[in-house]
Amino acid sequence: MVDEHRHEPGNLLVVLLDLQQRLGHLDPALVPVVAHELNLSRAEVHGVITFYRDLRTTPPAPVRVRLCRAEACASVGAEALVSDVGERLGARLGGTTPDGQVSLEEVFCLGNCALGPSGQVDGRVHGRLDADRVLDLVARARP
Amino acid sequence: MSAPSNGPVTVWVPRDSAAVSVGADEVAAALKAAAAAHGRDVRLVRTGTRGMLWLEPFVEVETPAGRVGYGPVAARDVDRLVADGLLDGVPTGPAHGPVEEIAWLRDQHRLCLARVGVVDPLSPDDYLAHGGLAGLRRALSLEPAQVVEEVVESGLRGRGGAGFPAGIKWRTVAEAEEAQGGGTTYVCCNADEGDSGTFADRVVLEGDPFALIEGMVVAGYAVGAHEGYVYLRSEYPDAAAVLRRAIALAHERGWLGDDVLGSGFGFELHLRMGAGAYICGEETSMLESLEGRRGTVRAKPPIPALVGLFGRPTVVNNLLTLVSVPAILADGGAAYAALGVERSRGTQVFQLAGNVARGGLVETPFGVTLHDLVHGWGGGTRSGRPLRAVQVGGPLGSYVPADGLDLPTDYEALAAAGAMLGHGGLVLFDDTVDMASMARFAMEFCAEESCGKCTPCRVGAVRGVEVIDRITAGVDPDDNLTLLGDLCDLMTEGSLCAMGGLTPNPVRSALRHFPDDFTARTSPAPPQGTP
Ligand SMILES: Cc1cc2nc3c(=O)[nH]c(=O)nc-3n(C[C@H](O)[C@H](O)[C@H](O)COP(=O)(O)O)c2cc1C
Ligand code: FES
Repeated sequence: MVDEHRHEPGNLLVVLLDLQQRLGHLDPALVPVVAHELNLSRAEVHGVITFYRDLRTTPPAPVRVRLCRAEACASVGAEALVSDVGERLGARLGGTTPDGQVSLEEVFCLGNCALGPSGQVDGRVHGRLDADRVLDLVARARP
Repeated sequence: MSAPSNGPVTVWVPRDSAAVSVGADEVAAALKAAAAAHGRDVRLVRTGTRGMLWLEPFVEVETPAGRVGYGPVAARDVDRLVADGLLDGVPTGPAHGPVEEIAWLRDQHRLCLARVGVVDPLSPDDYLAHGGLAGLRRALSLEPAQVVEEVVESGLRGRGGAGFPAGIKWRTVAEAEEAQGGGTTYVCCNADEGDSGTFADRVVLEGDPFALIEGMVVAGYAVGAHEGYVYLRSEYPDAAAVLRRAIALAHERGWLGDDVLGSGFGFELHLRMGAGAYICGEETSMLESLEGRRGTVRAKPPIPALVGLFGRPTVVNNLLTLVSVPAILADGGAAYAALGVERSRGTQVFQLAGNVARGGLVETPFGVTLHDLVHGWGGGTRSGRPLRAVQVGGPLGSYVPADGLDLPTDYEALAAAGAMLGHGGLVLFDDTVDMASMARFAMEFCAEESCGKCTPCRVGAVRGVEVIDRITAGVDPDDNLTLLGDLCDLMTEGSLCAMGGLTPNPVRSALRHFPDDFTARTSPAPPQGTP
């Protein structure tokens, strides 16, 4: 896998994103392997993984809800939406539902700022959200 | 009353992710089903968005009188609309008539957005039929230095926020390349678009990706670069898919590769994805990220034009800056410079967002007032409540009070009023907004997104949140207001980049214009010393 990107300069982030895409998350055991393959120190690899919010060292929940908290969505009630959804799902921001099936995350802008509040359920962007709609989308996405 | 014609009727439905976020895919599917049910032959084309986002999903139908529009269209209404003659352009349901005559669109001056919403984004033939490549062809007929001077003459300034003259930056890179006796230089497109309230880069990428490719090839030719990178934020997967496909198609057509349009000039383009870090929109942080490292900011000097990607001279431009270039080359720098006011020349793509009745993209020459954008195009708040404030220029931009909007959109005039244009986003807030919590959010965002390299930004923002919390809790408000002012000064003066340096903008402007929001909300005040 690493071979595909071996000749691209500055390839560490590309390799990590690709690995995560395939494996779902970046197990800490991968750090020395990637470091060795790319001729980097473990500290460099670890440093990059901790810097970027998208890179994760634990598996994601089966259903991921991300709600936008940035200004444009805040102007149309994002804060209330986040707390309503959190309450109804029984999940706090950054956590999961008690059964671990649904995670609730914050995101800062999805580029859908004229149709807020915006959010993503399993990677798909939805606009003009309210709590009922989020819960409905979650119910459909649940395994 | 539908009179079935011979050939298929062309129907356009956006594939833009904003349109899809409110049901455009379902509408497209419903249209196909309804057409089949009514025995009609349709050719469905998925386009970008016209930018009239409050009308999404917006459906356009071909008629002898041109394209007519309907929106917002709900999937559940499609069958009835088709029965009532939508496929023949009959004014039924949410009909708007001929699209080009809708005042909101007609009153714009679209250069960057000329093709967006009109063409199939991934059709090279559509691109050519709508004026594509005219700029690149003319550029390749000139000497590279002449191309640079054309951009200098246009007065084009960077659309990423700082407003630096693009032509001067290109000249610096070209001269550095020459001084170093050739060697590698790069063109990097900053498509990180992290500012809340901005989405123009995304809409253009999804709706007219070849325009960016053309702009980057022109830039490469002008400065002697044979390689370009687009750094795109991970929140835009649809834009990434469109651009990836467009790059492949451009290769097939010889618009990219080692012999662009048979000119002998070679240019390769790579797409690189970000990974969820606002700071990576700052150009030196972006370069670090492109090199595969943590996105920490580099100290300037040296500027990226001299020491940029992999240590080489590098043009870093915002996507809209680069997309402005083909029109400048096609029609000449002077024609572009004839638009706008003072030192703000050409057109700007404004983005109306937040609590706005008619949100979307307005491209117009500089100089239009904030008032005309907010109340004219925007139509005021979506909630119908009184407008209270507009944040101009993203999360690092100032809050302008509702009665202070008589300002021309001109870099210098806005700066003189303590505001900035940034990437051109305007976020509206109605009278329910609590400005102290918006100020707190600005500090919280900075604390969350700081790259951590300099103390004023990293620590100042964390302290800023604490101090605002104490003020609104009624703890020593006078002392804490003074402390907040000092913290803002420290961040402005001591931060390595504009992340920490400009975060005080929203905080100070909120304090200045809305001091009443910063009084204690919990009466009685907690005892001193309690956080
Ligand atoms: C915190 C921070 C975030 C930024 N984010 C972006 C961004 O998302 N897109 C962008 O084009 N410029 C952004 N900039 C501005 C860039 O540093 C740089 O000025 C710009 O890319 C240069 O291109 P231009 O001259 O064409 O505007 C940001 C700056 C700062 C300080
Ligand atoms: S601010 Fe929420 S999508 Fe942009």
